[in-house]
Amino acid sequence: MDALLFDIAHMLAGGLVLLSFVMLYQDRLSALLNVFALHAIVLAASVAWQAYAQDAPHLYITAVIALAFKAVVIPTALHRIIRRLGIHREIENVVGIGPTMLAGMGLVALSLVVMLRVTTEADPLAREDLAFALSVVLLGLLIMVTRRNAVGQVVGFMSLENGLVLAAAGARGMPLVVEISVAFSILIAFIVIGIFLFRIRERFDTVDLQALDRFRGERR
Amino acid sequence: MNIGGIDAVAAVLLVPLAGAALLAVLPGYRSTARLNVLFSLLTLLAAGSLLVGERPAPGSYLLVDDLNIVFIVLNTFVGFTTSAFSASYIGHELETGRLTPRYLRFYHAMYQVMMFGMNLALVANNIGLMWVAVELATLSTVVMVGIYRTHEALEAAWKYFILGSVGIALALFGTILVYMAARPVVGEGLDAMVWTLLLAHAADFDPALVNVAFVFLLLGYGTKVGLAPLHAWLPDAHAEGPTPISAVLSGLLLNVALYAVLRFKLLLAANPGALATGPLMVTMGLASVLLAALMLYRRRDIKRMFAYSSIEHMGIIVFAFGMGGPLANFAGLLHMVMHSLTKSAIFFAVGHIAQVKGTQRMSEIGGLTVTHPLLGWSLVFGVVAIAGLPPMGIFMSEFLLISSTFTRAPLLTVVLVGGLLLAFGALLLRLNELAFGEPKGALTPVHASYVPMLAHLALVLAAGLFLPGPIVAWFQNVAALLG
Repeated sequence: MDALLFDIAHMLAGGLVLLSFVMLYQDRLSALLNVFALHAIVLAASVAWQAYAQDAPHLYITAVIALAFKAVVIPTALHRIIRRLGIHREIENVVGIGPTMLAGMGLVALSLVVMLRVTTEADPLAREDLAFALSVVLLGLLIMVTRRNAVGQVVGFMSLENGLVLAAAGARGMPLVVEISVAFSILIAFIVIGIFLFRIRERFDTVDLQALDRFRGERR
Repeated sequence: MNIGGIDAVAAVLLVPLAGAALLAVLPGYRSTARLNVLFSLLTLLAAGSLLVGERPAPGSYLLVDDLNIVFIVLNTFVGFTTSAFSASYIGHELETGRLTPRYLRFYHAMYQVMMFGMNLALVANNIGLMWVAVELATLSTVVMVGIYRTHEALEAAWKYFILGSVGIALALFGTILVYMAARPVVGEGLDAMVWTLLLAHAADFDPALVNVAFVFLLLGYGTKVGLAPLHAWLPDAHAEGPTPISAVLSGLLLNVALYAVLRFKLLLAANPGALATGPLMVTMGLASVLLAALMLYRRRDIKRMFAYSSIEHMGIIVFAFGMGGPLANFAGLLHMVMHSLTKSAIFFAVGHIAQVKGTQRMSEIGGLTVTHPLLGWSLVFGVVAIAGLPPMGIFMSEFLLISSTFTRAPLLTVVLVGGLLLAFGALLLRLNELAFGEPKGALTPVHASYVPMLAHLALVLAAGLFLPGPIVAWFQNVAALLG
């Protein structure tokens, strides 16, 4: 039974890493949002599985929050925004897909080497979870730096937060305070971002950050 | 300690919170600006009563000890003087139409939310709570940086938001790792996130895990401090937001993030197997000093220049704490306090100057000592102080730092002195054009409240001439605590 618990947790966390890779090479915004929604669903499943495995019912709340906000509310809202802006078909990566994927693989290898080496004494479930979580965090960073588009960066940031939630869920007995705060911070972050996107549109009629670059402070 | 049944720690937190709620609904800018000052004053008084009164026992969420009380008092003091400066600054912004009354209400409410977030981060006895508080303070400053809604302000706020979020995400990962390290020793649940308990058991933590955790925490909170490779948000955020926000960013928010780094440094110092945190901090500190000193020469925007100067000084402070030892820690603490006071005073002056001249470009500002003597000479005084000339407080802390590290690491000290001299040259070069020479730009008289600026400068001068015995003893005590 224990082996099964472990294997399923392993599979779900590994699935998150895989989906992060899928996000890396999406070159259209609406497709990116769909993959992100799937990412959030797998996260919810993974957290729920941890709740079952650790017998920690409060984690179910975290799973539900992840499912409701990140898999449904936020992708829907972002879909609406990009459609209204008329940018749902376009996207351009700064770096080509090949080098990006190679960099992603390097980051995953790095996080496995680092985390597995330092957590030899932790229980295996938490250990693997943490290694996968760090991979998702680093891949989230990579998504952020390879996107020029504001919406793409936001999605990258949210997938990074998913990695953090995975890590927090894997740490046995971590107080609920933190998990709820993570969920709240995402909500707040989203509100802030929403305001920003709205203002960017108000000012420039585009969310391409290259347009913003023209207005950088000292190039007046 | 109880005053009329109100706990002073609770007051430090609840007063800004109540202020935020009230200021969010009240109309009218004159009354709300005064209310903002009033709430900041009440918070300062509560912090003052914490200083003189008996301290409450550490709970599982809140803690007041010798280390954080320095930060709390400094935080609430600069918060109060900045709110007074903001009242006169904002009036001008309304007249010129850069802000509308609706945004002003939002601005005042956010100011108090930010004070709440910073105070909460400082009194938190729980690493999770501290993380939440730092994030809250960051988000509230993000929206204030973008409040003018110009192209530049949006760009600055976006950059600040993205870099700040990445930093804070890394810090959360570090926090989780610290919890993982503490869990087998302290036990599951809330206890494994409480500072006082963590520190008491730190010696038994798995060293490898806390090492990795510290790297994440240093990178995460270090982004907020504005340390060298992670400083990119700082100049933009300082230059494009309202000047009172530049003053609190430089004077306070950077310190709060630094406080978080120091707490975790203490944790690692208590663990014999953990890596030495000093070299990491010394390297990042020196890199910040050198980079900022070089960047100072190419600045054309006056607020941007002083933002780079903030990076330089945070570098000096991190260098000092990285070197460690009673004397270097003492210098670091003193430098932090002096930098907060001086830099916010400079921003008060710069805010009024930019309003009078209608520009932040240094090439369009000149001869200030002739056209606006009080503002001009205050700027001269502030810049001379920040550049590290005697007899001001910053000279004293830099002198202490250099003399204490010279015997231990002569090579590093030479690099540091090189950075300081470079920055000194850049600042005086610019000051010469700004304050002396031919008057340039508008000559309209200024409606300013000089009191906050002059009060800060007087304190900096007084500290340089004479530090009272009790303050020295208190700082020495804290410096010893920092190891």
